[in-house]
Amino acid sequence: MKLFTPIFNSIATVGKYFQLMGRVFARPERLHMYFKQYVNELVKLGVDSVGIVLLISFFIGAVICIQIKLNIESPWMPRMVVGYTTREILVLEFSSSIMCLILAGKVGSNIASEIGTMRVTQQIDALEIMGVNSASYLILPKIVALMTMIPLLVIFSVTAGVIGAYCTAWIGGIMSAEDLTYGIQYSFQEWFVWCSCIKSLFFAFIISSVSAYFGYTVEGGSIGVGKASTDAVVMSSVLILFSDLVLTQLLMG
Amino acid sequence: MIEIKSLYKSFENTDVLSNINFQFENSKTNLIIGQSGSGKTVLMKCIVGLLDPEKGEILYDGRDLITMKKKEKKELRREMGMIFQSAALFDSLSVLENVMFPLDMFSTKTYRERVKRAQFCLDRVNLLEAQGKYPAEISGGMQKRVAIARAIALNPKYLFCDEPNSGLDPKTSLVIDELIHGITTEYNITTIINTHDMNSVLGIGDSILFICDGKEEWVGTKDDVFTATNKKFNDFIFASDLLKKVKLEEIREQYER
Repeated sequence: MKLFTPIFNSIATVGKYFQLMGRVFARPERLHMYFKQYVNELVKLGVDSVGIVLLISFFIGAVICIQIKLNIESPWMPRMVVGYTTREILVLEFSSSIMCLILAGKVGSNIASEIGTMRVTQQIDALEIMGVNSASYLILPKIVALMTMIPLLVIFSVTAGVIGAYCTAWIGGIMSAEDLTYGIQYSFQEWFVWCSCIKSLFFAFIISSVSAYFGYTVEGGSIGVGKASTDAVVMSSVLILFSDLVLTQLLMG
Repeated sequence: MIEIKSLYKSFENTDVLSNINFQFENSKTNLIIGQSGSGKTVLMKCIVGLLDPEKGEILYDGRDLITMKKKEKKELRREMGMIFQSAALFDSLSVLENVMFPLDMFSTKTYRERVKRAQFCLDRVNLLEAQGKYPAEISGGMQKRVAIARAIALNPKYLFCDEPNSGLDPKTSLVIDELIHGITTEYNITTIINTHDMNSVLGIGDSILFICDGKEEWVGTKDDVFTATNKKFNDFIFASDLLKKVKLEEIREQYER
């Protein structure tokens, strides 16, 4: 029987997660209070992440450009291949999936530890005593805010990556800007950008809701909060990778 | 009036509360006292509905909280104010915003009226000057006073305080006790306080329920404390030599009288 305990626990966790989501998507009590929270979360989860997204994307774009140039380009390959491959990697996988994995670390741990700390310091109990639906008030604005901001972050990421690639080409002098531009514009499909944005919306929901679940159900003190943050990041990352596989097949297969 | 009847609560087959019966009096300061781990906080959490008991009734003016519908429960909660052991102020909000929070959430008043009401509550706890500060910038005693102001913002019928004096020095504890007692009589609130602070017991205990190992052991008022004959209660109250001396003097005085 002990063998099945982890399976039963996992099923119970999934059940609790959906129960919590049921409470999260209940009708809000005071919309203006939720809107205030939503605006705060836009800044905290979205705007405050712009810097790290730009920085990472810039350098990854630059590195991808160098790697492709060094490892793939040959006299047999057309010169546009570096720009083309860099763009495809950025648009199709890096800026949506990998960037969301990075954001799962930054934003996910932030959400889990914030809500977890509110749980252990009885702030959530205080909300409940007042008659506020604490799950909805605390979690819904975070989910909506992250889902609002993430497509923008994806676009910023692609842009920063392309700029990074240009900087390498220009400063490093590894190839001409004309070749890179030609490659980046070559056979461009707008749908790929939409795919990236659609995937990121799912990932945003996963990051915010899963992290909020782990934070909301914290037990114990600071150790519990630390564990919740770690669990939130690990579980969000696993679910992002899994759903990436499914979504890529569904959208592009 | 809040009445609890035959209340039972257990965690993983361990009884934490068994057969608790008590009537909390209206417009009075009712104390639940007992050692740490005796079940005081669990009892209070059951009374406010944060925990569901296994058996029993919790009656708010005759309405049973346990069998109440979700909507009724929500409405009842708007008649409650609670001060938590850790004050439980919202870190991201200023002192004024913390007190305004229940008003923003449930009141139909205009913004100006809500600010005025919050400032009135802060003034009642002598903290108007700290309204712009954040919880992390004020002392523990001040945080408790802000929690009191927030709890009374919506004119509650019932006020619950879970160890309001924990972590405070004796002088600040007295201030908090007097404040809670004053508010209780001023606004006719039914107040229930969880405490193991002897100053509170002897100072503001209009009605006292002593629980030990989850069982109701003694019931009385602050005036009955020195004449109680319950051994467990006496062991708890007169744990210090100082209080034992006070008790002997009290008994001697009564005998001489």
